[in-house]
Amino acid sequence: MQAEPVLVLGLIEACRAVITANTDHLCALDCAIGDGDHGSNMQRGCEAVSAQGTALSNLPLPDAVEKIGMTLVMNIGGAAGPLYGTLLMEIGRELRARDRTDDFAIVLKKAIDAVARRGRSHQGDKTLLDVLYPVQDALARSSTLIDVARHAERSASLTAAMRARRGRASYLGDRSIGHVDPGASSCALLTTAICHYFGENHRA
Amino acid sequence: MTTGNTANVGIVIVSHSPLVARGIADMVRQMVGDCVPLAWSGGNVRGELGTDAGGILQAIETAWSDAGVAVFVDLGGAETNSEMAIEMLGAPRSALVAICNAPLVEGAVIAAAEASGGASLSKVVATAEELSP
Repeated sequence: MQAEPVLVLGLIEACRAVITANTDHLCALDCAIGDGDHGSNMQRGCEAVSAQGTALSNLPLPDAVEKIGMTLVMNIGGAAGPLYGTLLMEIGRELRARDRTDDFAIVLKKAIDAVARRGRSHQGDKTLLDVLYPVQDALARSSTLIDVARHAERSASLTAAMRARRGRASYLGDRSIGHVDPGASSCALLTTAICHYFGENHRA
Repeated sequence: MTTGNTANVGIVIVSHSPLVARGIADMVRQMVGDCVPLAWSGGNVRGELGTDAGGILQAIETAWSDAGVAVFVDLGGAETNSEMAIEMLGAPRSALVAICNAPLVEGAVIAAAEASGGASLSKVVATAEELSP
């Protein structure tokens, strides 16, 4: 399964751009219920991936995705590194285990389950899982890209009503209620950017 | 720093703060001397508050002992990144590394004291974890 180099480069750039544009916003969300560095951590991860863009785009798709995951682990720092890293590394491994990408919803489900195990979290704990599972659900229903993006944004906003049960925010108890989770927010931003990129550059 | 006796279990300290990690490692070293392989990782890749899987992996390599390595962590991200680092270490060595559910300072000191007497990894971990309610 050879990736289209332009596709990989385009996706990397779309993700980097949306995180860069929202670095301060993500840091502000994290200041409210975490340690205030989620935006800069994500930006550092995206820059590291972007710096390897050309090399990544020449790899077979599963290898490229897995390597992006490892790069995120090594560069994001904080809990988001292993979580996003696990997601991509598992997607890469699952893609390698198949010869078709048309069952991507299944690939994604397995990868999200791996993230849940890594963070020992469940849906409703006020984490990025509260965006990942609904996005997977939408993909499995073959929703349009616009619907998937809308679903991601709505799911992120719904984390405001949740009480954090994992991560730094969980130390705040009820005081975590009323704030959107930074990890859910970055996840929604990335999902939306990826959906828009596919929408503009490829047939859905 | 050379490790005096690789027959003893190694100790790794992981904190979000480089100062905390280094300070505890210093405390352990002063209490048990050179007979326990010891290393620390603190902060993210830039040395700011946070944790770094690559740095933790390096610390495990530094404190490596064929008897195993006990890892002590402070907050959640430190534990998640330590698990990641242990996976990156790969089999079969990953099976010889344990993250202890114990307070960072007391756990590391008591584990090092136990390790310095040549105790097994499971004994070192059990002794440290007795400190947790």
